[in-house]
Amino acid sequence: MAAPWASLRLVAPMWNGRIRGIHRLGGAVAPEGNQKKKRTILQLLTNYFYDVEALRDYLLQREMYKVHEKNRFRDKEWIRPDKYGHFSQEFWNFCVVPVEAVDASDCDINYEGLDNLLLLKELQSLSLQRCSHVDDWCLSRLYPLADSLQELSLAGCPRVSERGLACLHHLRNLRRLDISDLPAVSNPGLTQILVEEMLPNCEVVGVDWAEGLKSGPEEQPQDTASPVPA
Amino acid sequence: MIRRVLPHGLGRGLLTRKPGTRRGGFSLDWDGKVSEIKKKIKSILPGRSCDLLQDTSHLPPEHSDVVIVGGGVLGLSVAYWLKKLESRRGAIRVLVVERDHTYSQASTGLSVGGICQQFSLPENIQLSLFSASFLRNINEYLAVVDAPPLDLRFSPSGYLLLASEKDAAAMESNVKVQRQVGAKISLMSPDQLRNKFPWINTEGVALASYGMEDEGWFDPWCLLQGLRRKVQSLGVLFCQGEVTRFVSSSQRMLTTDDKAVVLKRIHKVHVKMDCSLEYQPVECAIVVNAAGAWSAQIAALAGIGEGPPGTLQGTKLPVEPRKRYVYVWHCPQGPGLETPLVADTSGAYFRREGLGSNYLGGRSPTEQEEPDPANLEVDHDFFQDKVWPHLALRIPAFETLKVQSAWASYYDYNTFDQNGVVGPHPLVANMYFATGFSGHGLQQAPGVGRAVAEMILKGRFQTIDLSPFLFTRFYLGEKIQENNII
Repeated sequence: MAAPWASLRLVAPMWNGRIRGIHRLGGAVAPEGNQKKKRTILQLLTNYFYDVEALRDYLLQREMYKVHEKNRFRDKEWIRPDKYGHFSQEFWNFCVVPVEAVDASDCDINYEGLDNLLLLKELQSLSLQRCSHVDDWCLSRLYPLADSLQELSLAGCPRVSERGLACLHHLRNLRRLDISDLPAVSNPGLTQILVEEMLPNCEVVGVDWAEGLKSGPEEQPQDTASPVPA
Repeated sequence: MIRRVLPHGLGRGLLTRKPGTRRGGFSLDWDGKVSEIKKKIKSILPGRSCDLLQDTSHLPPEHSDVVIVGGGVLGLSVAYWLKKLESRRGAIRVLVVERDHTYSQASTGLSVGGICQQFSLPENIQLSLFSASFLRNINEYLAVVDAPPLDLRFSPSGYLLLASEKDAAAMESNVKVQRQVGAKISLMSPDQLRNKFPWINTEGVALASYGMEDEGWFDPWCLLQGLRRKVQSLGVLFCQGEVTRFVSSSQRMLTTDDKAVVLKRIHKVHVKMDCSLEYQPVECAIVVNAAGAWSAQIAALAGIGEGPPGTLQGTKLPVEPRKRYVYVWHCPQGPGLETPLVADTSGAYFRREGLGSNYLGGRSPTEQEEPDPANLEVDHDFFQDKVWPHLALRIPAFETLKVQSAWASYYDYNTFDQNGVVGPHPLVANMYFATGFSGHGLQQAPGVGRAVAEMILKGRFQTIDLSPFLFTRFYLGEKIQENNII
């Protein structure tokens, strides 16, 4: 491992300034804050080989696809970008390890960008919270993940409507679906019921189905399931 | 001002007499006179059309490069692509002539609004794929400054086509072609079908094809309004009127084999105004026939089909209006949110409408059962006898349902091979067709509009090659049969 690190050391001083400059110009991704959970081997290595930071240049290629990911690999903790929005170089050592979970919240991912996520054949958990470009067309593309996807979160996506939720029935292994706070859904309570009927093995979270129902004068809100006496 | 002071009952007769009727009379009608003088001065000033003698603002212009007959989705699509593909801004003047601005009988607004790629011809599949990507990015294509974005209300639920034993082989080969062109279709056996959609009765079904992506239904009215808005912002003129005559000239020429042929060229289009005898001759270079169910009348006006039968002059445009019914019903225990547009082996089809257990659907009648296309009256017995039994057989939940409403619309039905006619006429050199799509015009409109615009501006098809759809196939007898017509 010594030789590659040695070559990195030469490049580091030139590149650091430029990369930081680019990020300041580009309006950097909201810094995660250096939340350190328990220290793993990765973080230990990062501390010893400080010039690992220098080779983030080719990670800018990833940013062209507009996906800033916080990923979890099998048996490992979440890998998050540091305060510059870059990933450590150890990331590339995990090319062959299947990706289990992707958190693409607040991300500008769009219809074409989903190409990258659909290649992850063993993805179990996907979070697309508050993604402003995810709409009904994007949801119709998720069926290749049907075999593995167990958890999906669409909370807060402004363009997702009940018509897009209808094509989630392909995801038969889904166990948890979060559809809270979807402004484009016309009738959240009724949609929740229909989605629960559509996915019987899945826990659908986010909308209280009694929302929007009017209760009679002497009935409690829980009893609105029974017909209201005229 | 003096008039207002006097009470209304008294002396009105004296004051409201027209100026000049009493010799030497001095009319007190100052307000009327002043506003007339103001109007005259405004019309003389630059920036206003000089209509001193009469108001002609409702008439179409006297000259236009392209006149598109028919303002439905196909006509507007051609107008849009002509403006998009023109070499310089404002190079082409386009006029769209539409007989009925309320679109009360137009096929576009009354359509079920489905889009699918499950055709047997590769050209049809390519057109649908392009239309899907057009609709997906509609707010980039049809963006107008300061206007709100369009909400097509697209449901990406897909189409499910069921095939009996005898059609199964054809369906398999069709799906192969569809996959080759790029559509995402999956084939399902009856067991897989029951697994996925437990509410289907798979008796008699040998194979099913299910569109996974880019298929579904949307709001055609929204597309029409979006196209209208965009096309108006690009400078296309609209006129409400009916085309009653083409003024054309003929030339006798010799082909390379020394056969005499008469080539015609349309010079003027007479556009008659609504409820009046007034008409405007519009001088034009190109006429596009996008008149939908009434295309044959427009073609006959241009002299297409006047000649001995069996010759090219005698080949008529074989597009006629066919009436189709769509029924809306309510079924509380019906199939759930995941329901695609299901097309049964018998030809009956249905889809969900909204969140409230409402469904809509219908069935194409056989040749013998064809209803009279003279009006758009709905025959409810057709549902009872010809549609409901098939639906109830396929979906047992539909044995109890209640019809809420129904409507009828026209297919611009191509009696030759049920596929569209696109491109120029071989003898009437400047008439281009964009019609005859027999029920799938809406879903192919963006692609066809682009193809016709390319043909007009560049002289050949550039993106999707629609040469099998040219008019000459009617004379040569080359049918391009589309097997999957719903």
